[in-house]
Amino acid sequence: MNAAQTSAPLPSTYTPAPGRRFNVGDAVVVKRAFPPGHRRTPCYIRGKAGVIERVCGVFPNPEELAYGFDGEPKKVLYRVRFTQKEVWPEYRGPDRDIIEMEIFEHWLERAGV
Amino acid sequence: MSEYKYDYYADKKLKERAGRTHDHGDHDHDHDDHAPINEHDDGPPSEFEIMSRAMQELLEEKGVITAEQVRRRMEVFEEDFPYRGSKLVARAWTDPAFRQRLLDDGKAACAEMGIDLEVDRLIAVENTPDVHNVIVCTLCSCYPRALLGMPPTWYKSRNYRSRVVFEPRAVLKEFGTVLPESVTVRVHDSNADMRYVVIPMRPEGTEGWSDEQLADMLTRDTLVGVTIPRVNAAS
Repeated sequence: MNAAQTSAPLPSTYTPAPGRRFNVGDAVVVKRAFPPGHRRTPCYIRGKAGVIERVCGVFPNPEELAYGFDGEPKKVLYRVRFTQKEVWPEYRGPDRDIIEMEIFEHWLERAGV
Repeated sequence: MSEYKYDYYADKKLKERAGRTHDHGDHDHDHDDHAPINEHDDGPPSEFEIMSRAMQELLEEKGVITAEQVRRRMEVFEEDFPYRGSKLVARAWTDPAFRQRLLDDGKAACAEMGIDLEVDRLIAVENTPDVHNVIVCTLCSCYPRALLGMPPTWYKSRNYRSRVVFEPRAVLKEFGTVLPESVTVRVHDSNADMRYVVIPMRPEGTEGWSDEQLADMLTRDTLVGVTIPRVNAAS
């Protein structure tokens, strides 16, 4: 007998992000910036264009947490989908191959503006 | 420009591996098939081991933790955590409603099974005839430890972390996984707060299998996405 058969479904653990700038399907570009410090935006993705795959919610800012601060204000975290050909122009696999990762809102700009 | 973070554990493993062929010099001892009782017996502890030990002693002295808690934690890490992911995904294979809940909200689905993920989010990604998922953390070694235990050395290696985002098909081939061009390879860089688990496709010939039988074929590597479950591998 497991827990699922004896208990009601739990509420979603996803946190809402009501003030967010982007929605699923929006075209975005990762900022091409190289500030010093702890960043969770991999260098290889900076400057690349993708599409919002999902909204993960709001999370403490890791760039603050890394230095012992409280991570406030929290930042909206998205999952962004990129084609491999966009990320690596010399990519050898088929055009359909993709890579996805989590990018905080302050690293994203709307594409085409 | 690089954000390379020194991976102490990967480096230590490499050094240990290199040490296996060490020169015995003037002493003589047997190398039998048993794992060493204490892998650190061969040399002085590293700076990190001393730091970790000192921290533990301080925390014990201040009554924050006990040695028994640390021991117990290490025990569940080795004896419980590595098998949770297989059970979770086996259930997703046999219970479509659960599978959907796992896809919708991985953490809540884990909680249903009494699994405390100890991280904020779990994203389950599903392999289909058209899509194959594979997971990496290019920045360090983020891994769903509460589902799969400690990450394997290759997962933490620079080789895997740098190459699987750039030439995933070549890396998968090295793991024996050859995918047709018609299948989309979907790489997930686990670079921030999410953790990931792959729900592989259930192989044909497993109809009527129990969750336990299915869990046996759902090895760690299938749940990271570097290989796919096979019927003959389970028997």
